Amino acid sequence: MPSVRFRLNGVETDVDADPDSSLLAILRGRLGMTGAHFGCGSGECGACNVIVGDRAVAACDTPLWSVKDKDVTSIEGLGSAEKPHPLQRAFIAEQALQCGYCVSGILMSAAALLMRKPNPSSAEVKAALDRNLCRCGSHNRMVRAVLRAAAEMAAP
Amino acid sequence: MTNPAPSPAPSLPVSLAANPVLSSWIRFAPDGQVTVSPGKVEIGQGIVTALAQIAADELDVDLGRVQMIRASTAGSPNEGVTSGSLSVQQSGRAIRFACAEIRKIFLAAASDQLGVGIDSLDIRDGTISGPGNISTSYWELAEKISLDRRATPGAVPKPSAKRALAGNSVQRLDIPDKVFALPRFIHDQALPRMLHGRVMRSEMPAARLTAMKEDRARAVAGLVAIVRDGNFAGVVSETEDGAEAALRGLRKGATWAGGETLPDENGLAEWLKAQPAESTMIDRRTASAPAEKQRMIRRQYTRPYLAHASIAPSCAIAQWSGDRVRVWTHSQGVYFLRADLALVLKLPPENITVEHMEGAGCYGHNAADDVALDAVLLAKAAGGRPVRVQWSREDELSHAPFGAAMAIEIEADIDAQGEIVDWRHSIWGNGHTARPGRAAQPALLAATELKTPFPRYIATNPPHANGGGADRNSVPLYDFPSWSIECHRLLTMPIRTSALRTLGAQGNVFAIESFLDELAAERGEDPVAFRLRQLTDERAKDVICAAAKRAKWKPVKQTGRGYGLGFARYKNTGAYCAVIAEVEGAEQISVRRLTIAVDVGEAINPDGVINQIEGGAIQATSWVLKERVRFDRERITSNSWSDYPILRFSEVPDVAVELIQRPDSEPLGAGEAAHGPVTAAIANAVYDALGVRVRHLPITRDSLIAAMESS
Repeated sequence: MPSVRFRLNGVETDVDADPDSSLLAILRGRLGMTGAHFGCGSGECGACNVIVGDRAVAACDTPLWSVKDKDVTSIEGLGSAEKPHPLQRAFIAEQALQCGYCVSGILMSAAALLMRKPNPSSAEVKAALDRNLCRCGSHNRMVRAVLRAAAEMAAP
Repeated sequence: MTNPAPSPAPSLPVSLAANPVLSSWIRFAPDGQVTVSPGKVEIGQGIVTALAQIAADELDVDLGRVQMIRASTAGSPNEGVTSGSLSVQQSGRAIRFACAEIRKIFLAAASDQLGVGIDSLDIRDGTISGPGNISTSYWELAEKISLDRRATPGAVPKPSAKRALAGNSVQRLDIPDKVFALPRFIHDQALPRMLHGRVMRSEMPAARLTAMKEDRARAVAGLVAIVRDGNFAGVVSETEDGAEAALRGLRKGATWAGGETLPDENGLAEWLKAQPAESTMIDRRTASAPAEKQRMIRRQYTRPYLAHASIAPSCAIAQWSGDRVRVWTHSQGVYFLRADLALVLKLPPENITVEHMEGAGCYGHNAADDVALDAVLLAKAAGGRPVRVQWSREDELSHAPFGAAMAIEIEADIDAQGEIVDWRHSIWGNGHTARPGRAAQPALLAATELKTPFPRYIATNPPHANGGGADRNSVPLYDFPSWSIECHRLLTMPIRTSALRTLGAQGNVFAIESFLDELAAERGEDPVAFRLRQLTDERAKDVICAAAKRAKWKPVKQTGRGYGLGFARYKNTGAYCAVIAEVEGAEQISVRRLTIAVDVGEAINPDGVINQIEGGAIQATSWVLKERVRFDRERITSNSWSDYPILRFSEVPDVAVELIQRPDSEPLGAGEAAHGPVTAAIANAVYDALGVRVRHLPITRDSLIAAMESS
């Protein structure tokens, strides 16, 4: 098997696998990182979103070969209970979820937005999350949480 | 001299009466923790947190000491199924009374040990102290006190004013794990030596598998087994990718024949009304005096089949050990699932352990139970290794049970003053529940596919006294002089139905509230005033008035914008909810804002209640504007998110929720209160905006045009 090398959450990572494998299958299977969730397998729900470069992409729809030499950030690299990302703090503060299955993908879409646009409007947040589906109806809380995180990150 | 009326003998809350041993609910762990073991499960509704609040409050311990145990048939109280917005009423009440009794038992023991009266003892965070620095604790006393004793009636929980936690918003206990993506979902569970399974199903329901060539599947690396039992077939592989590849191979070699023809999706109401059915008179009220009828109005309303459409496809893990099997599931009822598995496997229930793990929000009976049987059947071929089975998105949107389509006809007799003198409400549709564990036959999908198959379980309706199914919320809360309510449950079921959030309430509230709105408009009467005039229940009037006030009813009319009201008391016994919708648009309707007032009695976690109401309102908006299960005569065609679209971030309305707090009233569930009122409020707002009555859901460009043409 050819090896594909990329940086995953800042760590150089080599994966010996079929380069046509989906990034999601590699993350969840080979690498045991289950934060990105399977929802549809066809890039339609955003539950498996990760950041490649500065863009949120559906890992289920991203072949392994396409991330060669790139920076991939998964939810595991966003923050932790000990060192939370402002978005994670804000989602807790706003209680911005119900079941939470979609939330790791939504956090990654939001994080990619804040990388590109640190001070988004509510409409811009909604546009950035429009490809992420949430079935519980936590949308408004999530938008508030993203705006809260942006405000916190902008504070001196 | 008269004797005072005897007060009724105290009785235990229903869940506690069914599971009376106190230690099955509450234990004091040696490490200073309190473990609380409810029979209800977390499905994203925040129930685990509300139950922890109740326990911590009643025992006087910090919330941080409470450890919530996941339901398992290995030891949890059997509380049936987590459904019907009953978890706070049932589990919460049981835990509150169990804790009240336990507190009393420990106070008595502390009094003995410390040699002071109970009245001079105080409990703070589990430490029981008395005058002059004497103290003990739950954990110190727990070594001497056995809670393996039956609860006794008559425990007295704290009065509402003494509760420190229940009634206050607290952060949900499960949210940090989910935000940090720590493994919590069954989907993320990895067991040692776990294998992966996939099941092959025909697109056409009840088709026969006449041939299955295995060569392509066998060629896939990592294949462990191909399983076939009649029309049930699947693969087991060392890896998930391998299982997917083997399934693709198996599909290519499969030949299916026969199957059940589906109805014409464009003639659904006619089809529903033409099927063989079991008719039930749900309720009848006879007028005390005969009324003068001047005319009759008849309207028909429909709602389509709706998908649960969980964000996660259903998933389960099973592991055999001899003739015993252990199952991990996100089912809403571990004991009910076990009962059905026992029927299919012909095993005593004791041989089967069913444990709950969280899945994505399910909103009713989705494929969670079906996939558990799939995993159990595939795991038979795994030589004792655990097998994880996950459905595909396509299977989830086409083979899981749907919420039943409904045709509802309302006829009202009107007198010369335009008042309703008689009201007749008829419902046609499949039953709204085919949950496992309720019947002598299983309700699990694979059970109908085996070589020796079980018959398909035709969905039924729960008894009206328990809230009903198709008939849920069909009896008006309005004070009409007479009515009759009738329900026709289909005895055929080509499209599989079972419980979806609110069962029939969404359809019935849509019909009743649309009809009333039409009558009010005809009379030229304000729809708020029209409803208030016909209601006698003050709590009902309060939510309507509160929503109207908050929405500044009625805002000044603007072109292309409309406002509508919807109201219901869920199940006629649950939460009260009134909604005012603001919509905008001409051909394509968008919902701009929903203003909601809700009364759930005592709200244990007010922010949790608001979260549930907001979520219910947004989900209902999605149902109303977008959702309809599509099918041709052979198969369900809406099997992807493109073909079964749901509401997106850019389409979501603002939602404002006003919670009317009643700390001394019984707590009522919030999860299903908003769907019916939101549906009706949107439809009524569409009329206000465009002058068009849409009586057939969903309200799309096509249905608007059809409604305009027919009016």
